[in-house]
Amino acid sequence: MSVMKKILSSVAVAATMMASTAQAEDMRIALVVKALGIGFFEAAAKGAEEAAAELGDVEIIYTGPTDTTAEGQIEVINSLIAQGVDAIAISANDPDALVPALKKAMQRGITVISWDSGVAPEGRQMHLNPSSNALIGNMIIKLAADHLPDGGQVAVLSASATATNQNIWIDEMNKVMGDYPGIEVVTTVYGDDLADKSYREAQGLMQSYPDLDAIIAPTSVGIVAAAQAVADAGKVGQINVTGLGLPSEMAGAIDSGASKSFAIWNPIDLGYSAAMIAHALATEAATAEPGAAIPMGRMGSVTLDDTNSGAMADPFVYDSSNIEQFKSIF
Amino acid sequence: MSSTDRFIPDRLQSPLQQRLKSWETLLLAVAIGIFIANSLASPYFLNAWNLSDATFNFTEKAMIAFAMALLIVAGEIDLSVASIIALASTAMGAAAQVDASTLTLVLVGLSVGLACGAFNAVLVCGMGLPSIVVTIGTMSLFRGISYIILGDQAYRGYPTSFAYFGQGYVFWVISFEFVLFAILAVIYGVILHKTNFGRAVYAIGNNATGALFSGIRVNRVKSILFLLTGLMSGVAAVCLTSRLGSTRPSIGLGMELEVVTMVVLGGVNILGGSGTIPGVVIAAFVMGLVTFGLGLLNVPGIVMSIFIGALLIGVIALPRLWQKWRG
Repeated sequence: MSVMKKILSSVAVAATMMASTAQAEDMRIALVVKALGIGFFEAAAKGAEEAAAELGDVEIIYTGPTDTTAEGQIEVINSLIAQGVDAIAISANDPDALVPALKKAMQRGITVISWDSGVAPEGRQMHLNPSSNALIGNMIIKLAADHLPDGGQVAVLSASATATNQNIWIDEMNKVMGDYPGIEVVTTVYGDDLADKSYREAQGLMQSYPDLDAIIAPTSVGIVAAAQAVADAGKVGQINVTGLGLPSEMAGAIDSGASKSFAIWNPIDLGYSAAMIAHALATEAATAEPGAAIPMGRMGSVTLDDTNSGAMADPFVYDSSNIEQFKSIF
Repeated sequence: MSSTDRFIPDRLQSPLQQRLKSWETLLLAVAIGIFIANSLASPYFLNAWNLSDATFNFTEKAMIAFAMALLIVAGEIDLSVASIIALASTAMGAAAQVDASTLTLVLVGLSVGLACGAFNAVLVCGMGLPSIVVTIGTMSLFRGISYIILGDQAYRGYPTSFAYFGQGYVFWVISFEFVLFAILAVIYGVILHKTNFGRAVYAIGNNATGALFSGIRVNRVKSILFLLTGLMSGVAAVCLTSRLGSTRPSIGLGMELEVVTMVVLGGVNILGGSGTIPGVVIAAFVMGLVTFGLGLLNVPGIVMSIFIGALLIGVIALPRLWQKWRG
């Protein structure tokens, strides 16, 4: 039976090797993500570790399933409940399916918050949005206006005409146009979040408006296509492409100068804030209730609305000074 | 038994029986080893409620694995089981939207499962198509229908009493799902090991043509097995939907491979002809204990799947190596 002994001992050894060096007296905050191995979430984990280092007595458990399923996250939540962690901060794969598991966690005295991708209100104490519609609407016009001190013409290249998010952001942008005198939005065109259609729409804009100074694309597909169209037309330096995009996809446009800057949430700040909030709620330094302001360390504080959700901050601006650092992250 | 009696073997191949015996012993030893290792590695492991939570990691998969074991023993396979869950769950969700009662919901889930199984059976047994190809096709088909119906939406609003199947407890920490798992294990154990039907399943897996000429209605037996697998997917859909309290088209994504892994780990020959239900039951515990134990240690899921893969290869390779060393 020596084989059996070998198996037994190797299993035991493997299990012991994997035993974490958890210290019982530390507060343990679990950062549960949609799936492991995604740059955005790895960056969020980095932010959470930064918060833990700042707070001192906190251990971050960064975990999640291998694929983005609710079932996988429930298994993770069950094992976190079993370990009796102090707080769970989760970016959910499904707003509803996780509710029973997270309710159970809360019944056992665990602080539960969601961040990035939310959970239905009954399954969490609060939700942290990376930003808010109003902040995004303001940011996209500000990005264009910052490079047009003497005013100018800008055009919007959106996703589809029925895209809920983009329409809300453009509405919010129009509300604050009074703060940017001299900036004129000449038109809004729709690229349907298709690279080739967005590219053609951007070409059309350049032909229809020869004096165009900037294109705002509040969509990660449109912004890349518009930057490409501007570069291909040889109008780099003349037309600035900005909006919302991913650093990994926009690095080329920043390098070529077709885009001076763009914005999107910063995952590091998001992970940092989620950990800070989880700590504040778990230590009862703050209570999650409508109207409450919950401290988030260096990120200031978040004010909760009627559904106990709040916005972290303005979208984070990426330009030539920081694109190198972020392009490998997400 | 006197020497004049004609010896009728209990198993078709006697050495195979030996191997199977050692397989289950080996697997049981692995299960116990993992249990001990887990208890030593994590202070949270030996807790009745935590162990009860851990059973949810495998009960639904194991229910399908029992029927799948019979199907694989008979030399066929069904890769559409997880997609049947999605379709059955979507149908239950749609029924829940029109205020169907809990009983109706369960019946809807089971009937859809059965219907999907029947569809597979017609294609495989009726038209003589290879089951692996057919069920890869229906895997996309069934889940595709769910995606068309639901898109990025979800069905919610299941009646409160419906939650019992996936969240209820029969007695103390013993969940309804675990009781169902145990009952089904006994039923399938009896079907495979104690009935003529079970003997026919083995006969077909070893030599389908031979079985046919021995008077076994091969296609009928296989059809019943596809129906059973569909039905069990329906049962799993009821449990999983009840546990999640909502339906999305991605429900149970990738579960078919975990079910097949469980069956193969349980000692069922992937080529058909041999395997036992007790083996599958132990394999279910092994997989549940491994994922839960590693989860308690916060081992990342990626490492966990490496561990399951290594376990699968190890458990399959070891008896062969063992035989070589001894022989």
